[in-house]
Amino acid sequence: MTDASSLALWQSLPLVCILLPLGSAAVTSVLPKRTARCWTAIVLSLQFLASILLTLFLRDPSRSYTFPMGHFPAPWGNELRIGMVECLICLFFSLVMLLSFLGGMRRLDQDIVEDKQSLYCVMILLMSAALSAQVFTNDLFTSYVFVEIMTLSSSALIASRARGRTVLASARYMIMNMLGSSLFLLGLVFLYDLTGHLLMGHIREAVDVLVSSGENHLALIVTVALMTVGLSIKSALFPFHTWVPDAYGSSTPASSAILSSLVSKGYIFVLLKIICRCMGPSLFRLSGMDDILFVFALLGMILGSVSAVRQRDVRRMIAYSSVAQIGYVYLGIGLGSEYGLMAALFHIICHAACKSMLFLSASGLIEASGGKTSLHALRGSGHRAPLTGIAFVVGALSMIGFPFLGGFVSKVNFALAAMDFHRFHRYLVLLGLVISTWLNTWYFLRVVILIYTKPEEEVQEKSIHRGVLYTFALVALIALNFYLGIGAQRLITAFFDALPAFSAAFPG
Amino acid sequence: MARKNEHYEESLLGRLDRWTQSGESGLDQRMMDDLASPPPPAASLPQKELERRMDRDDRMKHHMLLQEQATYDRIRTWGSVRGSRFFRRAYIVLAVLFCLALIAVLLRATATLPPFGNPDNPMHNDVARRYIEDGMEETGAVNLVAGMILDYRAFDTLGESNVLFTAVCAVLILLRISKEHSDATAMLELEADDRMYEPQDDLILQTMVRLLVPLILLFGIYVILNGHISPGGGFSGGAVMGAGLILYLNAFGFEKAERFFTFRTFQTVSVISLSFYALSKSYSFFTGANHLPSIIQTGIPGKIFSAGLIPYLNIAVGLVVCCTMYALYTLFRKGDL
Amino acid sequence: MTGVHFLEDLSAHLAEISAIILFGIGITLLMLSRNMIKKNIGFSMTDSAIYLFLAAKGYISGRKAPIVVDGIEQMAYYINPIPAGLVLTGIVVSVASSAVLLALTVRLYRQYHTLDIDEITSLAQKEEEV
Repeated sequence: MTDASSLALWQSLPLVCILLPLGSAAVTSVLPKRTARCWTAIVLSLQFLASILLTLFLRDPSRSYTFPMGHFPAPWGNELRIGMVECLICLFFSLVMLLSFLGGMRRLDQDIVEDKQSLYCVMILLMSAALSAQVFTNDLFTSYVFVEIMTLSSSALIASRARGRTVLASARYMIMNMLGSSLFLLGLVFLYDLTGHLLMGHIREAVDVLVSSGENHLALIVTVALMTVGLSIKSALFPFHTWVPDAYGSSTPASSAILSSLVSKGYIFVLLKIICRCMGPSLFRLSGMDDILFVFALLGMILGSVSAVRQRDVRRMIAYSSVAQIGYVYLGIGLGSEYGLMAALFHIICHAACKSMLFLSASGLIEASGGKTSLHALRGSGHRAPLTGIAFVVGALSMIGFPFLGGFVSKVNFALAAMDFHRFHRYLVLLGLVISTWLNTWYFLRVVILIYTKPEEEVQEKSIHRGVLYTFALVALIALNFYLGIGAQRLITAFFDALPAFSAAFPG
Repeated sequence: MARKNEHYEESLLGRLDRWTQSGESGLDQRMMDDLASPPPPAASLPQKELERRMDRDDRMKHHMLLQEQATYDRIRTWGSVRGSRFFRRAYIVLAVLFCLALIAVLLRATATLPPFGNPDNPMHNDVARRYIEDGMEETGAVNLVAGMILDYRAFDTLGESNVLFTAVCAVLILLRISKEHSDATAMLELEADDRMYEPQDDLILQTMVRLLVPLILLFGIYVILNGHISPGGGFSGGAVMGAGLILYLNAFGFEKAERFFTFRTFQTVSVISLSFYALSKSYSFFTGANHLPSIIQTGIPGKIFSAGLIPYLNIAVGLVVCCTMYALYTLFRKGDL
Repeated sequence: MTGVHFLEDLSAHLAEISAIILFGIGITLLMLSRNMIKKNIGFSMTDSAIYLFLAAKGYISGRKAPIVVDGIEQMAYYINPIPAGLVLTGIVVSVASSAVLLALTVRLYRQYHTLDIDEITSLAQKEEEV
């Protein structure tokens, strides 16, 4: 373990990432609308800045350290654990959060009642704090508490656009999530009972002893199953995705972008930590959960896309595409190899960047078509809103897997990860990738062609001022997607170098 | 696009498509007749013929749209019409089976867990030992549980108070009636306001409440202030105080309650308490991690002002919980504070 | 493990078993009931069951609550304080989630005048079409 007394000042930066948004949330609730928005944007930018600095200072991917939360050392106090994987994930999460908020800010006036907008900002801040706490914490119970903050705030983000459909979606979301939370909490209690610890590293030690002695075998497997199923329910893995289209398809664009790109990923990241650091990959494989996740991931990849093809509403189509993309992430986890985990991590980032852009640009296109959401109404909207059209095309191409964009690298990663296997895994993954890519191409290219064809009857051009911030957010997201496609090698190497430190029970 | 459409309609595939879609209607016969002869150049068509063709196009489009819609509706409503009962039953059977299987597996796993009440269980390890044996010296709290949640594991508890804040903000977003009563939902919300059902002058209730509420509030304050010495703490004391306020509200009505508790009060109290909580904990996390000397002293265990930050944190949590409980109640009843 | 052994093992875990059965009932209610309020009750039951389980796990036969009495600070004298603290935190979390789900229920009821979630779904679909 690192010598705790030698903490440098920069090593306190994760504290800023978590406590700055958490502490400013309460104050934001009393601010007037405009001030609240500016303040939220400033806090999110500061959080982003802190995570950049943290990543730069950490530099060495194989390095990681613990940060005690309070005056007491590890098994007694609460602690954070910071390594390159956590830093990069936090960096991209805060960036996507900032850009989604900026991009969807102008639409808030239209979708949310005047005096509830500062509360919306509070929810964004709490969500952001919970996400970074989620990423950095090394304690299972703390992550349960912050998982609940995420659940409640995302439910409010969905329902903040007060219409019957969104409230219903939010209720369905809450019911599913409560089921997931209950299972996760029960698993946590089982694990605590078996090991006597709540910190991930210490749990790992105890679990390793139990596995090698063969004691409590059944209880351990039940625990792994409970936690995995609980978190996959929360992150909308295929058979539990029924709330997704309503929730993403009808809430305000900022909410859709944040929910689809970040919230489900937050839960998945917790699951990754539990698998890698807390249980160890060998126990995970022993429990058979990897194969179950693998099967449902494949089903999700294909059936999610099939549902997307059938949609007539563009935002619901993108929402179903999210179901398929979550399937990809779980595919990487289900493969269980190091390459698979790396592919899953990369896809978390890549999908976050891409899906938030798709939701923002889709809302722009809908606005340019007079507010109609059906596919046919979008005809020609790419001409009416050029930049938005370009952003949509870039996002769609990335989802399809066009070279020079993030999605391509991601798909190649999954294919390469599958190559390490000699059993039927390999062919199943390749087949799944082919079918899913084909379906992706079908439904995304359909929309891309549609938005660039001349409409039959002239849609009256509404003069919509989408604002500088919206443009800025879209340009930044386009750049991010190209970066993920072209400069991916550095990220991939960093993830590879950082994975051993990420899965080690203790740093150093 | 219009050009392309024309191409498609005149092509073999287009004709086949129309033929399969339009079925038995007289439309297709006329269409076939039209298509059999090569289309004359558009410019040379007489005005009447042009109109007839346009009319045909429109009708055909309309017809196709209807067909498409009908097929789509049939498929979509199958789930709610004929399929619904089947699915419903299948779902019930599956859910019951799933739950029974879950209970069976969990029972089986529980049976292999460490036995109940045994002091040698892995749970009762060195972590618990230090909390019990050194807890009072290190945190200054006689109530070891309070010492544990507010000092050793304070990060959890910081999260916990924010969960409550998240919930109350979510309920505010959902239920607070906004000032613009323009749309229909707002009117519905106003109708749902049940202020009119309040008991007006229930003498027995009001007399009892006059007696009880001060006692309840006093007890709540006692529980909060002694959180680090005896059982209790911010959450339980705050809940007691909140219950006292709700009782008062029920006996005397909103008008009187609003004299001392408005939305402003709620905002002020929760913002100050939560900010204090976050700031003081940031300070103690920062000093703790960097091993800086802290100005917080543990004091003499057993005194009211001892145990470092714990009593202040308890007061902050207590105030937040009290306001939250009251706010939730009034939001549910009338959509405002 | 033979049946007799299994029963013996079960009898060593009576408190946990009642918690697990309660948990199962709660999950069943959550999944089967179409009524939003009943779903919420089911959820509260599952959470309470988990807290009961946790509290039972923290108990050690013949020991006292972890509040220092008469200056005795020995492990052998008190039960484990950690589960108690976790339950305290957990209760707040479940209160918060129940409140939000109830608020959503109230909103839905005001709009659709029913608590049945399937009915609400079909009403919302019809509303969308109009």
